[in-house]
Amino acid sequence: MRAVGHVLRAELVGLAGVVERNTYLVRRYLWWELAFFLWTVANTLTIVFIAEGVEAAGGRIDVERTTAVLLIGAVMWAYLGMIFEILTETVSWERWEGTIEYTFMAPLSRAVHLGGMGLFAIAYGLVQSALLFAVVAFFFDLSLPGANFPAALVVLVLASVSFVGIGMMTSVLPLISPEKGTQLGFVAQGVLLVVSGVYYPVTVLPEWMQWLAAISPATYALDGVRDAILEGDGLEALGDELWPLAVIGAVSIPLGLAVFRVGERHAKRHGKLKRSG
Amino acid sequence: MHAVSISDLRKDFRRRNGRRLRRERVPALRDVSFTIERGECVAVLGQNGSGKSTLVRLLSTLLLADGGTARVFGHEISRDSRAVRRLVNRVSVEASFFKKMSSAENLAYAARFYGMTPAETGPRIPEILARVGFPAERRGEPMENLSRGMQQKVALARALLTSPVLLLLDEPTTGLDPRSRLEVRALVRDVRETHDATVLLCTHDLEEAEALADRIGILDGGRLVCLAPAEELKRRYGAATLEEVFFAATGRALEDDEEAAD
Ligand SMILES: Nc1ncnc2c1ncn2[C@@H]1O[C@H](COP(=O)(O)OP(=O)(O)OP(=O)(O)O)[C@@H](O)[C@H]1O
Ligand SMILES: [Mg+2]
Repeated sequence: MRAVGHVLRAELVGLAGVVERNTYLVRRYLWWELAFFLWTVANTLTIVFIAEGVEAAGGRIDVERTTAVLLIGAVMWAYLGMIFEILTETVSWERWEGTIEYTFMAPLSRAVHLGGMGLFAIAYGLVQSALLFAVVAFFFDLSLPGANFPAALVVLVLASVSFVGIGMMTSVLPLISPEKGTQLGFVAQGVLLVVSGVYYPVTVLPEWMQWLAAISPATYALDGVRDAILEGDGLEALGDELWPLAVIGAVSIPLGLAVFRVGERHAKRHGKLKRSG
Repeated sequence: MHAVSISDLRKDFRRRNGRRLRRERVPALRDVSFTIERGECVAVLGQNGSGKSTLVRLLSTLLLADGGTARVFGHEISRDSRAVRRLVNRVSVEASFFKKMSSAENLAYAARFYGMTPAETGPRIPEILARVGFPAERRGEPMENLSRGMQQKVALARALLTSPVLLLLDEPTTGLDPRSRLEVRALVRDVRETHDATVLLCTHDLEEAEALADRIGILDGGRLVCLAPAEELKRRYGAATLEEVFFAATGRALEDDEEAAD
């Protein structure tokens, strides 16, 4: 019992260490983070302006609503990008600095290590995404009456569990291909969102893509967040989104860890962890 | 119980050879067997590419062996890797750190992975940095501002911080000035005495090996050709210096290779 307590304590300290390190890094690269945020805002604006563009071209749409729908899609795109990037980059970054050998030879369990990275990614992604949402909503003077933001947050946090699970799978790629692995993370992000109805209803997709949409957590995340913000749905009304997210989350975390373990074993068998020496 | 006991340890790497598409297996360690007693310091010498770092990586659970077994204080390195990791730490040629973070920050997060809380590392980090001769006023500076030797000292501090009972040193003094080399030597002696630590030292510095190690082993092409106290090696090879032993041990193997190739 004492021994279990000891191990548990050590793991918790390790978890805090992962978050601590990432916080140091964000602080050291603060100006780059700011520049990147500007890029994200610009990117989001290019999407969200489409609503007004369609109207200007003679299309008859509810501009305010379409603007909000696009904004939610764009923020989700950015959020998912941040989660995947942080998870993938911590591995590729460590490999590049050469610290990965020291991290991987530490007694911290991989589940806690990756869990810590996931926690940091969620916290960091939520703050940036909220900021992004606020800035762009203000820019378009969106009023969003009756939006249920707490409910939207719950949906997003629950969805994040699945996103982190998938992120664990992509983060193993730089272990296998140090040069190109990180870029493959973007492939996962794009594929996930294209089938999930990021800027359009899933029903416009070909049938085989709709099948993929049904197992993509991003589908339910987008649906739930849109219902909460546009219709003001509370948690009771969001059951249809929440329970699939819980199920997918419960599957994707163990799956993500298993995939990472396979990748780690492969890297250890073929000497891919080292950078030099 | 031996601190380290290795038997028939083998590691191959797959390497793509020139234009041929098929990868071939190249042995990095071939059936290496030896033991290290608790508290002992064993130095391993060998030419570039002879397998020293591979041996260190296997013992740090960073590589999976292709054959044989290795135990660290009774724990098998692949089956019981968590237990091994708690006992081992390592310093390598290249001091790897997050370069924008300071030495204190790098040490702090690394120690967390070993379960050390801020309350523990708070007093311990300045103490250990002082012990490796790192100037106190530079603790907050990013690693990228530090010279190679300074970084190497921080690497040493990182390894000592977790109080490892098996310390793996892979060319720890390469690139250090003569004074720092002596400081590191003194430090290794001190760690052995005060912590009862066992040390495996890979080095190209023969003088260092002779000064620190109880026994010296020579790896050649992945084979451990000898492992004995320096004096005995000299006697065995009829050599006056360790350098002559090194050439004799690695040279003879070369002739064997040539014979085998004929
Ligand atoms: N990750 C790896 N992938 C492929 N081959 C490797 C890898 N690591 C080592 N090798 C090969 O294994 C052999 C032993 O390498 P190792 O790094 O252990 O040598 P070393 O004795 O430490 O050399 P040095 O004195 O140059 O540090 C070499 O032929 C090397 O090319
Ligand atoms: Mg080496």
